[in-house]
Amino acid sequence: MMERKPSLKRTSLYVSGTSPVNMIQAGFYNEDCMVFDMEDSVPLAEKDAARLLIYHMIRDHRPAGKYIIIRVNGIYSEYIDEDLEAAVRAKPDAIRIPKVEYANEVKMIDEKITAIEKEAGIEEGSIELWCNIESYLGVLNAYEIASASPRVVALALGAEDFTASMKAQRTKGGQEIFYARNAVLMACRKAGVEAVDAVFSDINDLEGLKADTTLTKNLGFDGKTVVHPRQIDVVNSFFTPSAKEIKYAQRVLEAVEEGKRLKKGAVTLDGGMIDKPMELRAYTTLAQARAAGINV
Amino acid sequence: MVNAVGREMPEKIGSYTVRPFEGTGKAKKVLEPVVSKRRPKLGPEDHNKLCKDLKEAIQKTGLKDGMTISFHHCFREGDMVIAQVLTAIRELGIKHLRFAPSAVVNIKNPSVVSFVEDGTIDRIEASGIRGELGDAVIDGLMEEPVILRPHGARPRAIETGDLQIDVAFIGASSSDEYGNCTGQVGPNACGSLGYAFVDASCAEQVVIVTDNLVEYPCCPTSISQQYVDYVVVVDQIGDPVKIGAGAARMTKNPRDLMIASKAADAIAASRLFKEGFSFQTGAGAISIACTNYLAERMEERGIHASFALGGMTANIIEMFKKGLVRVLECSQSFDAVAARAIAEYPNILEIDNSVYSNPYTKGSMLDKLNFGVLGALEVDTDFNLNILTGMSGEMMGGLGGGPDVADGADISIVTIPVIRGRTPSIVPKVFTCCTPGESVAMVVTEAGIALNPKHKYYEMLKEDFEAAGIKTVSIQYLCDLAISYTGTPKPIETTDKVVAVVEYRDGTVIDVIRQIKR
Amino acid sequence: MRLENTGIAGTLESSDVMVTVSPNPSSGIDIQIDSAVSAQYGDEMRETVQAVMREFDITDAVVQLQDKGALDCVIRARCETAACRALGVGFNWKGEK
Repeated sequence: MMERKPSLKRTSLYVSGTSPVNMIQAGFYNEDCMVFDMEDSVPLAEKDAARLLIYHMIRDHRPAGKYIIIRVNGIYSEYIDEDLEAAVRAKPDAIRIPKVEYANEVKMIDEKITAIEKEAGIEEGSIELWCNIESYLGVLNAYEIASASPRVVALALGAEDFTASMKAQRTKGGQEIFYARNAVLMACRKAGVEAVDAVFSDINDLEGLKADTTLTKNLGFDGKTVVHPRQIDVVNSFFTPSAKEIKYAQRVLEAVEEGKRLKKGAVTLDGGMIDKPMELRAYTTLAQARAAGINV
Repeated sequence: MVNAVGREMPEKIGSYTVRPFEGTGKAKKVLEPVVSKRRPKLGPEDHNKLCKDLKEAIQKTGLKDGMTISFHHCFREGDMVIAQVLTAIRELGIKHLRFAPSAVVNIKNPSVVSFVEDGTIDRIEASGIRGELGDAVIDGLMEEPVILRPHGARPRAIETGDLQIDVAFIGASSSDEYGNCTGQVGPNACGSLGYAFVDASCAEQVVIVTDNLVEYPCCPTSISQQYVDYVVVVDQIGDPVKIGAGAARMTKNPRDLMIASKAADAIAASRLFKEGFSFQTGAGAISIACTNYLAERMEERGIHASFALGGMTANIIEMFKKGLVRVLECSQSFDAVAARAIAEYPNILEIDNSVYSNPYTKGSMLDKLNFGVLGALEVDTDFNLNILTGMSGEMMGGLGGGPDVADGADISIVTIPVIRGRTPSIVPKVFTCCTPGESVAMVVTEAGIALNPKHKYYEMLKEDFEAAGIKTVSIQYLCDLAISYTGTPKPIETTDKVVAVVEYRDGTVIDVIRQIKR
Repeated sequence: MRLENTGIAGTLESSDVMVTVSPNPSSGIDIQIDSAVSAQYGDEMRETVQAVMREFDITDAVVQLQDKGALDCVIRARCETAACRALGVGFNWKGEK
């Protein structure tokens, strides 16, 4: 398994594969992850154009310091194979797969990616996967999905399609996705991957976004998908760790370092064992602190 | 010869003698009296000032071939005075005039070009020329170079005698028959007549052109009867829709909002951002957004401004109403709300452009300004600004008050995107230098803020930014970034012919514009 | 290769370019550029178009660029899309490393 580097995932901004100007400008905003979209924001007749635009844009003008993601079309769509050909060759940090419901779907995509990586001379396994969980099946199978491939580093909840699959009403309060949020989070924690919360769709309601992001943070998510640049700074501000959290993260990493120095197999802190996910979370906490301008 | 910003220029251009720019703050004390052609007394036969039409007024002034006429641009793109007056002059067969408006607005049908082509006009002095006239000038339309002056330099040129006006035509939205007039009321109000005051007091003769004759005495009065020779009533002096069209609405472009927000953060981080500070933001899309963010920062910190200066917009009026600013000093009103506000509130004042921006007075308001937010077409790695010419050398803008504000304000902030389309905005060397880099404190872009290490307040700003956790980048980084997106553009080729002279606020030449090779 | 059909890609939005690749009644690649920045970037635009035509083995075509300030990579992407559409083929990803 490849050693995964921890990276900030507070905000993932969707950028449509149809718009050169949006792609260029998004490189300058404060989002941690930039998601080039081949799926929902691209009309059927423009799928071919979006693929080429995204490919060349990432190859020529990859924004420095951002985690680059490409969202491909659905696993069973006619576009998926060509999307993957383009997406893998663009060498993003991750590919985001819409509406994942079963672990074997992840395995299938994983194999396809591996084949293209081989063919294109890209290090095998280097491209990570984000799985969008946007149906009740996805939620029910979340742990299996998250642990289906070592490429999977995050699950992202998609609330609109999820509520549709549930015959639920989507509300600003979000009671209808409360269980799904928790279920996805638990699966992520068990699998040791990151959990990314759903979009808050009303881009003009910043107070609503704040209330929703309060819940995102308090439940334990690592970040949130955003659909408009104006949502970025608001969401990022919620992921500024407290002094207590920073101190704890530093102690975890000190203990890990100490363990390495003494060549200990298992490292403990305050009587509990430190596992790999805990270590990664500590890195993330410090990265979040640095991103918020705190000297750590 | 080469001036202080490294620009090469001839010593003489047509009949214009070049005094090269030597650096900012080199303005010398002037002991000679102000030059004015104003005549102290009219004869008893002249006391009926009302003329039946423009032609009668022009004939009464005795306007002759080769004289100088002036206009203000307070009606901006909605101006209907200039075209009517020039048409009347053409019909009277008067030729070879020097046309010296405060700025050339982009009038059409007829355009100014047609008056140059038929010889009505053969010299132009203004703050900017764009559109059809700009294109024609850059292609070598005129024999004599166009002289471009920032707002502060025009009253200086008039009062030192460099630009002497024979007849000033002043559009006013209300006037009485004796010449007391204003732009604040009437169906086609434009607000402040700031640019017209110096013309009124220094021209040999003054003609008021109005479409709203009011009972004597006109109240409020901006320009007093004591300066006025004639009054003419025409059907319409301006298009009210376009009069306010000079100002942009609140932008929704997230990139522009980000730049505006960063500029407001930069201001708020400065130690000069304290109770009683002063600012000027302007009318560009980013400027207007920046004003709104600044208002938020002021409310958060409980800080009030003593005054805001220059061209006013509805959102600054809004700040005033909230009590965030004590006095608004309006040299221009960019929209209908700002135009009306002068008559409505005693602390919103119409000011003479000269008191706003002229460095050659006993005190201009810019001397007291803390923060000025500016736009630009290009910035180079020496922080020089180009606010006149576009990517292909075409005339894009006017100098406006940009060079004055940069020099006058303690801290001048240029807000600009790194690239516009495939056009890099941060370049190794600006095509036309309008504002010297030494007067620019910082450049704010979507990709970061660059402080100018040669600015007088560099150390202070650096310290304040560090304390506030604002990160900066170098101007070279921004330039490299811009070029990494656009590629290196092929340089613009020019002939040797100088088509325009760019004066600095002290009357020296900061750059010249040469004819584009096609 | 000669073209039988016309392919269009791109938009007239700012920072984009609309590329039309169509059959050329005479021979060669005839490039027509309508752009505010053609004086600065016209040569580079031509090079990019020529490179894409070579990539597709298109020897005779009229290529029109209605440019709104597109970056080079956008011009390339739009040309490739227009060429694929004109030829009625998918893009050959295997050729990209």
